[in-house]
Amino acid sequence: MASSSVAADMELDRPNLEDYLPSDSLPQESPRNLHLRDLLDISPVLTEAAGAIVDDSFTRCFKSNSPEPWNWNIYLFPLWCLGVVIRYGILFPLRSLTLLVGWIVFFAAFFPVHFLLKGEKLRSKIERKLVEMMCSVFVASWTGVIKYHGPRPSTRPRQVFVANHTSMIDFIILEQMTAFAVIMQKHPGWVGFIQKTILESVGCIWFNRNDLKDREVVAKKLRDHVQHPENNPLLIFPEGTCVNNQYTVMFKKGAFELGCAVCPIAIKYNKIFVDAFWNSKKQSFTMHLVRLMTSWAVVCDVWYLEPQYLKDGETAIQFAERVRDMIVARAGLKKVPWDGYLKYNRPSPKHTEEKQRIFAESVLRRLEES
Amino acid sequence: MCNFPLHTRHEHSSATNPAKSKVPRLAAPVGGAAMGNASSMLTQYDIEEVQEHCNYLFSQQEIVSLYKRFCQLDRSAKGFISEDEFLSIPEFSLNPLSKRLLRMVDGLNFKDFVSFLSTFSVKASICQKIEWIFKVYDIDGKGKVTFRDLVEVLRDQTGSFMTDEQREQVLTNVLGEAGYTWDCTLSLDDFIQIIDHPGLKMEVEVPID
Repeated sequence: MASSSVAADMELDRPNLEDYLPSDSLPQESPRNLHLRDLLDISPVLTEAAGAIVDDSFTRCFKSNSPEPWNWNIYLFPLWCLGVVIRYGILFPLRSLTLLVGWIVFFAAFFPVHFLLKGEKLRSKIERKLVEMMCSVFVASWTGVIKYHGPRPSTRPRQVFVANHTSMIDFIILEQMTAFAVIMQKHPGWVGFIQKTILESVGCIWFNRNDLKDREVVAKKLRDHVQHPENNPLLIFPEGTCVNNQYTVMFKKGAFELGCAVCPIAIKYNKIFVDAFWNSKKQSFTMHLVRLMTSWAVVCDVWYLEPQYLKDGETAIQFAERVRDMIVARAGLKKVPWDGYLKYNRPSPKHTEEKQRIFAESVLRRLEES
Repeated sequence: MCNFPLHTRHEHSSATNPAKSKVPRLAAPVGGAAMGNASSMLTQYDIEEVQEHCNYLFSQQEIVSLYKRFCQLDRSAKGFISEDEFLSIPEFSLNPLSKRLLRMVDGLNFKDFVSFLSTFSVKASICQKIEWIFKVYDIDGKGKVTFRDLVEVLRDQTGSFMTDEQREQVLTNVLGEAGYTWDCTLSLDDFIQIIDHPGLKMEVEVPID
């Protein structure tokens, strides 16, 4: 599959897109002569364009489906109102209080340990435990009902964990079980502050989506991290962006070319009480958390899957796809052949050029034959 | 989210492209802001008005679906979808004719958006579809398609993989074979005569969830 793709496609690394897209716009292969109608009839191309306007597989990945309103009759509506009162009036303040107390305890313990305790190993151990505790407080603050399946991650060198990405709470949910080191986009505001101070202690690698040269620097940091036995296991979200937990976008190959074991983790949220998808374009993280804290519960399943190794003759992209297949099968998601970064950038013109090339060659060939 | 009046015209766009048909400003705007459920934004009156505007080529359910889609694409709830927002659909952006279509679809309000897409309805006649193809070629609305238009569309489709000479050569050949000189102009009737054939299908299904 990868062999027929445009080899120098450094900007968007993915297998051949043409395998996925409909190719009705390509002229029939029958060696007929070229007629005026063949050139004038652009209906297949127009149909593709209109089809994309009406519904496209990329935008579907980021659509948050609003749940069916169930409070529509005279019996259910007062019940729902009561629910709202309880959720906003009782649960939310209680949860905020829990969170606040948790933060206070955390900071009270973290800062002294961080600055005063001199023994490296002991300090790291305590900091790890504190971070895990803080994540548990977070999970409690939205009444997280999380079922973990499979063997818990162990702290061994030369392994990397990959998971599908729905919201930043994915990180919190996984972190409460194991203190992972993580690679993240730097965020502004209070999230950025937390990233800088606390997450540094478990090991964090920063990247900048918009900086192309950043990739090599980050790749090197990843490689270095995985080799060092003292470092926490590394957690990577290869999609690179939050997707709505019904689809997955292409996995970036960075995590799969580190020369070590890749342990897939599948996360599936149950939308019964709340949709945990964080649409970063529509909501700030704070609003997202508030929404979670004012719902009944966040229900989710986490599966730790069997570690995978690069097979002989497999490219990094094929390896990434294979792991994606495993996660998709386990969590019941659908695959989509798009790069998550298309949320922020336009597709490479190479794909349009490929279509143009195919059409042009077909026209010229049929012209020669007539 | 989508609390814009259904009927405002995007003034800027109509000023730059006089070929677009003017839509008269009509009365009441759609109801105020609401979270989530988009169909509550569109009253029955609105749906029927849009349906009439597109000559009943879409069912009411399809119009509701299209409205959800329109709101999804029009992220800043301006009342029209900007060029940038269209290009954020990767499948559309990859299409060789996307630039040409953007000139037709940029700045349309919802009613015109539905009207624009109505040609792709199953219920639209073959003549309507061919007329639409004609409009894609005759982007500046002269009423006829010239050799230049044909070359331009072929250039969009073939890019840098054919030279202009080759394109003109190909077109002259096929036009000659069909009985037209290269400097002719094609009218809509010519188009219908040339393109109409039993296998012509230009349909898009509107997903109704």
